[in-house]
Amino acid sequence: MSQAKEPGYKDLAIGGKILEAGNSEQYETGGWRTFRPVHDPEKCIHCLLCWIVCPDGAIIVKDGKWTGFDLKHCKGCGICAEECPPKVKAITMVKEEK
Amino acid sequence: MAKTLALTGNEAAAYAMMQINPDVVAAYPITPQTALMQKFADFVSDGDVDTELILVESEHSAMSATLGASAGGARAMTATAANGLALMWEIVYIAASNRLPIVMPVVNRALSAPINILCDHSDTMGARDSSWIQIYSENAQEAYHNTIQAIRIAEHPDVLLPVMVTLDGFIISHGMEDVVILEKPEVQKFVGEYSPHYPLLDADKPVSYGPIDFHDYYFEHKKPQVDAMETAVGVIQQIGQEFSSLCGREYGLFETYRMDDAEMAVVVLGSTAGTARYVVDSLRQQGVRAGLLKLRVFRPFPAAEIAEAFGQVKALAVLDRAISFGAHGGPLFMEICSALYNAHLHIPVLNFIYGLGGRAAEIENIEEVFTRLQKAVQTGKVDQAINYLNLRE
Repeated sequence: MSQAKEPGYKDLAIGGKILEAGNSEQYETGGWRTFRPVHDPEKCIHCLLCWIVCPDGAIIVKDGKWTGFDLKHCKGCGICAEECPPKVKAITMVKEEK
Repeated sequence: MAKTLALTGNEAAAYAMMQINPDVVAAYPITPQTALMQKFADFVSDGDVDTELILVESEHSAMSATLGASAGGARAMTATAANGLALMWEIVYIAASNRLPIVMPVVNRALSAPINILCDHSDTMGARDSSWIQIYSENAQEAYHNTIQAIRIAEHPDVLLPVMVTLDGFIISHGMEDVVILEKPEVQKFVGEYSPHYPLLDADKPVSYGPIDFHDYYFEHKKPQVDAMETAVGVIQQIGQEFSSLCGREYGLFETYRMDDAEMAVVVLGSTAGTARYVVDSLRQQGVRAGLLKLRVFRPFPAAEIAEAFGQVKALAVLDRAISFGAHGGPLFMEICSALYNAHLHIPVLNFIYGLGGRAAEIENIEEVFTRLQKAVQTGKVDQAINYLNLRE
C-alpha cells in the first residue's frame, strides 16, 4: 500500500475516476491477513469450489486444477476453507506469524 | 425567428429542456415542479425530443438514474423542489463529486415541517455545500435562459460540475409572463454536442466511477472541485457574454440597479428583486440614493466582484429567503459579510429574513428595509443586525 512519493491533487484524475481497467490488482491487500490458507495436495479433489467462492480471486487455477494461493491479495477470510467439501477439507487456516 | 409566448416559469424551463433535447431525464413529481415535468412529458409523447424519460419511484432514484446516465455518457437532466431535493441529498453530493455536468431546474419551495408548498429558498440553500453551481432566476425569461446556459457551464472542460437553476415556487413557476423563445436550432447550436469526460459506456477505454478513497487520497480529490468552482466564475461570465448575442441581453454574476451613486443598497436573490427595483425607483423620486444588487450566481459566490460593487455604499441590507438555524444571520448575509470583511470594507450590514413559506414580500416590507438603511447611513452603525420582516411577534 505504501508508495515512494504520493501524487499531488493536480496529478490525479478528477472525481476519483479510475482510468485503467482491472488495476485493482496493483493494490496489494495481502498485508491485511491475520490467518493464511494452507493447502493439502493429498486431500484436494480439484473441485474448484474454493476458486468459485473466493471474494478476491486469490485462488490460482491452471488446466482445471488448483495450483496456488495469490498471497499478495489473499485477505485470509477463510471462505475457501469453509467451503471446501466436508469430506475433503484440503484447506486449513493457519495464524500468520508476526 | 424568436417568438413570444405566454408561459409560466415551469413551461419556460420545460421549453428550455425540450430545445436542449437531453438524452435522459429521470424525474419524480413534487409541487411546484410537477407542471414542469408534465410539460416536458408532453414534449416527449409528442415526439418533440429524443429523450429517454424515466419515471422513477422517488427523487433519490431520480438523481441516481440521472447520475448513472450521465456517467454512462448521456446528457442527463432532472428537476425537483424542496423535500424532493432533500430526499436526493446524498446523490446530489455524489453527482458533483463524480464531476458530472447534470443540469437541474429547482423550483424553490419551503422545506417541511410543517408542510408548506410555497416559495422560499431553504431547499437550494440547504444544498449550498454540495459543490453544485447555483444560478438564481428572477422570472420565467431568466429560468429559460439560465437553463440553456447551464448546459454549457456544466459541460465546460475546466468546470465539469452540475448546475442548479432556480425558479421561485409559484411566483415564477406558476406565474405567466411573456417569454421570448429562441429557435430550437439556435439552442441546439449553442449547447452543442455533448463530449462526455471518460464515459462508462466506452468499451475501448474502460473506466470506473466512485471507488473507495481513504484518508490518503480523499482530500486530493476534493481540492479540484474547489478549483473548478473558482474557474466557473470566469466561465459563467464568458458563457453569459456568448449567449447575449443570441438573446440580446447581458448575463453575468449579478445585476446592479442604480448602484453608481447609491448611498444604500439592498442585496437580494430571485423574484423579490422585481419588487425591490420598484421601491428603489420610488425612493429615487424622493431623492433617496437607493440602489439594488440582484445576485444571480450564489455558487460559486463571487466574493471579490461583490465587494467591488459596493465600493462607495454606506449601508447594506441583505434579504434572505431562508434561515440557517443557529447561524449568525441568513446564508446570503453570511456570504456578503465574509466578502466585505475579507475586502476590508467596514460597511454596516443589516440582515432581513423574509418570505419564508411563501409569505409575500410586499412593497411596504421593502420600504421598511430602506427606512432602516437610511438610519444606518445616518448613524454609521447597525442597530440590530438580524431582523425578521413581516413576522408576527
